[in-house]
Amino acid sequence: MSLELSLEKRQGNFQLEIAFRSDDGITALFGRSGAGKSSVVSMAAGLSRPDRGRIRVGDDILFDSEKGINLPPERRRVGLVFQDGRLFPHMSVQSNLRYGERLVPAKERWASFDRVVELLGIGPLLDRRPARLSGGEKQRVAIGRALLSSPRLLLMDEPLAALDGARKREVLPFIAMASREFSVPILYVSHSIEEIIELADHLVVLEDGKALAAGQLEEVLCDLDLSSITGRMDAGSILLATVQEHIPSFAITRLRLGNNYLNVPLIDAAPGSRVRVRIGAQDVALALEKPHRTSIQNILSGKVSSLSSTSDGQADIHVEVAPDGGGLLWTRITAIAAAELGLKRGDPIFALVKSASIARGAMALRPERKSS
Amino acid sequence: MRLSLWVSGWAVATSLPLGIFCAWLLARRKFPGKSLFDGLIHLPLVLPPVVVGYALLVGFGRRGVIGSWLFDSLGVTFAFNWKGAALASAVISFPLLVRAVRLSLEGVDQGLEEAARTLGAGPLRVFFTITLPLVVPGVVTGSILAFARSLSEFGATITFVSNIPGETRTLPIALYTLTQTPGGDEGAFRLCVISVIVAMIALVASEILARRVARRMEG
Repeated sequence: MSLELSLEKRQGNFQLEIAFRSDDGITALFGRSGAGKSSVVSMAAGLSRPDRGRIRVGDDILFDSEKGINLPPERRRVGLVFQDGRLFPHMSVQSNLRYGERLVPAKERWASFDRVVELLGIGPLLDRRPARLSGGEKQRVAIGRALLSSPRLLLMDEPLAALDGARKREVLPFIAMASREFSVPILYVSHSIEEIIELADHLVVLEDGKALAAGQLEEVLCDLDLSSITGRMDAGSILLATVQEHIPSFAITRLRLGNNYLNVPLIDAAPGSRVRVRIGAQDVALALEKPHRTSIQNILSGKVSSLSSTSDGQADIHVEVAPDGGGLLWTRITAIAAAELGLKRGDPIFALVKSASIARGAMALRPERKSS
Repeated sequence: MRLSLWVSGWAVATSLPLGIFCAWLLARRKFPGKSLFDGLIHLPLVLPPVVVGYALLVGFGRRGVIGSWLFDSLGVTFAFNWKGAALASAVISFPLLVRAVRLSLEGVDQGLEEAARTLGAGPLRVFFTITLPLVVPGVVTGSILAFARSLSEFGATITFVSNIPGETRTLPIALYTLTQTPGGDEGAFRLCVISVIVAMIALVASEILARRVARRMEG
């Protein structure tokens, strides 16, 4: 099921103008606060009305200003998980979960109560009131409640933003699981690039009400310097690698990337599974010849695929380290170093990456999904 | 005494749905003339009750504009019977009811209503399953306030439906009558004690109900 969104709305001095499509899986909408992310969600859910535009989920048109279609929220079948949970305080967890389920015609229900409760691990909470739940439990119930309304599209508006680090880690896997298990398209709004790398397949970057970039997550992240948006995260690339083997005696996992191997801190993933690795552009050094007798573990051979210099005396060089895809390594070195190397497009090169520079948090299991 | 409870009970019961509706209009809707409407509802709170009673007499009396129409078409009259007393009480206590419900409505997180909409509930269903249960404390407080105000209603009632034993002689009017009668002191004192007891029961009941609702929310 594909999602197509094109929206225009003017709010005071703020002009929102965004259009993107995406396929199955999790599409992340990323941007600073105030970039218009929440407006997009509320328009998709039908809680506010765009000035112009079109919203389509699969074959269903939810909004089309030209054709005069504007389904009210209750007829859109778009589930929404809010940042603050918004559980009904006067109902038990069970009644909260059943609220939307009861309103869906039986033949259109695809989420079974028992399955959702089991998956989210909220069985022991069913008789409690929302006031007696922890933040993480509340969000799990909220996700369950939205899933049980068997939505055509699940919107998540910063569902983890109100939680602390530990609670985030508690809820995050459930979102990935829900997406895999029920193959419902998810539009995931967040200002945390870490969450997005862990969850998303597609990425839409929003800034000042405009979509800066949209597409496959790896591609978008490789082309775009997001440091201006994230503030603390530097430019870097996302590589898609396969787990080769674990070497527990050195606390290392060896990943394969085309013909190259990458040693990273030990991760919990079965050999053969795909993982995403984020490598900061400034954590990579380049060499024309393969260095010998060095402490650097990760020496990736590749080809220079593009060169550009930035205004502040830096040079951005993309190195193709896995020609079969998923392996464009972004390196940022000083312009003078680049000049001394005398690089041209297509030159063979060695990229040097310190194992220690790859933090465990910078890796995520690539969500594998059932084909649909 | 029983007449008083009966009249006040009816006054609150019949004005409750309209009161909730008006409170909802004031809390949630924007419409032209809203402040005028707001003022109109609060008018009985600030006017001398006698004025309200006189206005009711003019409007709803047997020969009043609305009163004569009601009598001709439906055979209902408010003049000089307990229904009139209930109407007078209802009008006087209406602002208290609306205020309490409105405050409570304004405290309801509209985000919860939005959440219910996205789960597939239409506006009406949202109102009855989310909004109304959440304003129950306000409705209870409002009702008890209105009930208590109805019990003590004197001016509008005596002006509109006079002082007819067994029909419109509510507790305060009976008390007044007794104080005007030589040798009525003992009876007046008895009614005083009864008033105090009823008022106390109403206040304690509202407190207990409010606490029970709060406990239910906490699970």
